[in-house]
Amino acid sequence: MKFLWFHLMPYKELPDDFKTKHPSVWVDIHSSLFDPSRAHHMYNEFLDELEFAAAAGFDAICCNEHHSNGYGLMPSPNLIASALARRTTDAAICVLGNSLALYNPPTRVAEEFAMIDCISGGRLIAGFPVGTPMDTTYAYGTNPSHLRDRYYEAHDLVLRAWTEKDTFAFNGRYNQQRYVNIWPRPIQQPHPPIWIPGAGSVETWRWAAEMDYVFCYLSYYGYKMARNVMQGFWQEMARLGKDRNPYRAGFAQVVGVAESRQQALDLYTDAAEYFYGRCLHVDPRFAGPPGYVTEATQRAGIESQVRLAAEGKAETGPATNASSATKMQSLARDMKSIVENGYVIVGSPDDVVEQLHELATTLNVGQLMLLMQFGNLSSELTKYNTRLFAERVMPKLRSLFADWPNRWWPKPLAARERAQLPAFRPEATAQ
Amino acid sequence: MSSVSQPETSTIDVNGFATRVWRKGSGPRIGFLAGYGGLPRWIPFLDRLAATRTVIVPSLPGFPGGDRGHSVLDTHLDWVLAVAAIIDKAGLAGSDLVGSSIGASFAAETAAIWPEKVKRLALIAPFGLFDADEPATDPWAQKQDDIPGLMTVNADTYKALKAMPAGANSIEWPIEQARAAEAAARIFWPLGNTRLERRLPLIAAPTLILWGGEDRLLPPSYAGKIARRIAARTETRIIAAAGHLAELDKPDEVAAAILTFMP
Repeated sequence: MKFLWFHLMPYKELPDDFKTKHPSVWVDIHSSLFDPSRAHHMYNEFLDELEFAAAAGFDAICCNEHHSNGYGLMPSPNLIASALARRTTDAAICVLGNSLALYNPPTRVAEEFAMIDCISGGRLIAGFPVGTPMDTTYAYGTNPSHLRDRYYEAHDLVLRAWTEKDTFAFNGRYNQQRYVNIWPRPIQQPHPPIWIPGAGSVETWRWAAEMDYVFCYLSYYGYKMARNVMQGFWQEMARLGKDRNPYRAGFAQVVGVAESRQQALDLYTDAAEYFYGRCLHVDPRFAGPPGYVTEATQRAGIESQVRLAAEGKAETGPATNASSATKMQSLARDMKSIVENGYVIVGSPDDVVEQLHELATTLNVGQLMLLMQFGNLSSELTKYNTRLFAERVMPKLRSLFADWPNRWWPKPLAARERAQLPAFRPEATAQ
Repeated sequence: MSSVSQPETSTIDVNGFATRVWRKGSGPRIGFLAGYGGLPRWIPFLDRLAATRTVIVPSLPGFPGGDRGHSVLDTHLDWVLAVAAIIDKAGLAGSDLVGSSIGASFAAETAAIWPEKVKRLALIAPFGLFDADEPATDPWAQKQDDIPGLMTVNADTYKALKAMPAGANSIEWPIEQARAAEAAARIFWPLGNTRLERRLPLIAAPTLILWGGEDRLLPPSYAGKIARRIAARTETRIIAAAGHLAELDKPDEVAAAILTFMP
C-alpha cells in the first residue's frame, strides 16, 4: 500500500459568513477576501507541511491545479513541485496534475514535468486531469465542446515529446508545431508514471486502462459514497480483461487522527466544517458547461437514474454522474453529518486503521491519497495529524496488497547517483 | 400552441450527418435559421410566415434535427461553410432569409460572404458581437431553471418549445436539448464574439434588424451597432414585451414585421 500526502492549499481565512454572503468559492470569488501578506504565511506553512510529511515517511507528497479558487491556491502546481524537489530527497512528487488542454502549447507540460523529474532525480508522478468545469471552461475560458479532444491531443503531444528521439513536426487538430524537441528530457524512461484523476466517466476508465495508467478518484465525500464509482471502474477493468491490481487505482480521503475518537472530533471539527461549509461552496451556475460531460456519460447517467427509479431505489448521496458543482449543492455541512456520511475518517489510530483497511479492501485501492490538512486546520495540528498517522496508522496498513507489483511508481536514480542537497542555510551549517 | 399543423420533413446530408429540413406553405420561398436551443418542434411563428410564403427551415449542425454535425466543425470557417452548404441543399440560395439569435449570426455571415445567396435579410437579435461596456449575459453559466426566463419574457413559451412530447425517447430527448446548448457554445464560447462586425459591411441585401425590447441575453442597443455597420439599406424594429427569442414571445408581430419588409 502506498501513502500519498495531498495538499489542496486552501485559503484559510474565508469569513464566517462566507457561505451566506458570497455566491461561490470558485470562479468569481471576490478579490477583497484575499490578503497576499497572509497568503505569504499560508504558502510557507503549506510547503513546510508537505516537507514534514515527506520526512515523516509518506511515500509521496501531492499537489494539484486549480484556478480562481479559494480552496486551492495552486494555479501552477509545478511551482510548488519544483520547490519540493529541492527540499525533499526520497518521497515521490505527485503532481495531480496539469490540465493539459489549458497549456499552449502543451509541450510546456512536457518541458516542466521533465524539469521537475530532472531536479528531483526521477521522483515525479505526472498527473493529467481534464480539469473541472470551473477551472477549465469558466476560469480559463476553454471551449467545453473542444475540451476533451484538446486534452487527448495534448496528451499525445506530450507523450511523443517525451519519447521521440528526434525533432518532429506535430500536425494536430488543435496544435501545430513545426519543431517539437524538448530540453530537458525526463530521467524516468520511457516517461514518468502517468496518473489520471477523474470521476465516474466510463470513457476515462477505458482510456486509462488502454494506456495502462493509474485512475485516481479524487472525491471529497469519502469511501462509502465512492463504492458505486469504484465498483464500476473494476467491472470495466474486468470487461477489458485487466487484472485487479489495486495499484491501478488511487483514492483521496480526508483523515483526522488523534489519541481517541472524542479527541479527534474535538481537534478536527472546526476545520472539517470550514472545508465542507466554506471551501466547497460553489455557485450552481458553474455546474454544467454544455459539452463538458460527454453524451455517452450523460446517457449512462440518465439510464442509471431510470433504472434506480424503476427499482424504487434512490441513489445514496450525490449522483455518481453529477457534476462536481452539483454534488456540492447537497453536501452535509455539520460535523455530525460529515462523519455519518463518511466524508471524513476521524478517530484513534486503531479506528483509522480499521476504516482505511475497509476503504482499501472494498474499493480495491492501493494508492491512497490522504488529505491531512483540510479547511483551516492549523499547521501545528496538521503536523500532529501527519506524525500520528505515520507512526501509528501507516505501519499497520503498509503490507496490504504486498503481493501486487506497483508498476506505476517512480523509478528515481539510485541514491548514490543523486545530487547532494545543501542545507537550507549553508552559512549556518558551516559554523 | 394551438392551430399548429406539422410541416413536411426531408433530410439533407451535411458533412455526413443527416440534417432535417422542414417545409410548409406556398408562395415565394423564405428560409429560417433558428436561435439558441434550436427547434425541437414547429412553432406558431413559422405558421404565420407559411400563410403567404413557402417556409423552409433547415436545422443547424448539433441543434435539434442536426444530429452531431457540430462535432466535426472546429473553426468559424468550418461553421460558415457548413451553413452555406445547408442553404444550398435546402433550396434557399437566392431566397429571402430570416435568422434568430444563433441562426441570425449565420444568416448575416452568409449574406456577407455570399451576397448572391440572400435576396433580403431579417436578423432577430444575432449573436456575434460583444461590447465590454454593455456585456452580453453568459447563457452557459446559468441554472437550468433560469434559461427559459433568459430566452423569453413569457418563460412558458420556451418551456413549451423544450417540453418532452408524449412518446418521445426519454433518454435521447434531454441529450438532444443539451447538445443544442453545446453546439451554441462550440461556436460562440465564451463571449459570443465571432467578430461578425468585420463582415457586416459586406452585406448587400436589404436588412431588417429586429430585437426584443426586453432581451436579457443580448442588449437591444446592439441593434444600432449592427445597423451602422451594414452598407445596404437597413430598418430596425424593437419589439416591445419580447425577449431574446422574440419570435417565441411575439410571433404575430415579428412575422408581420418580416412580411412587411419583404413582401
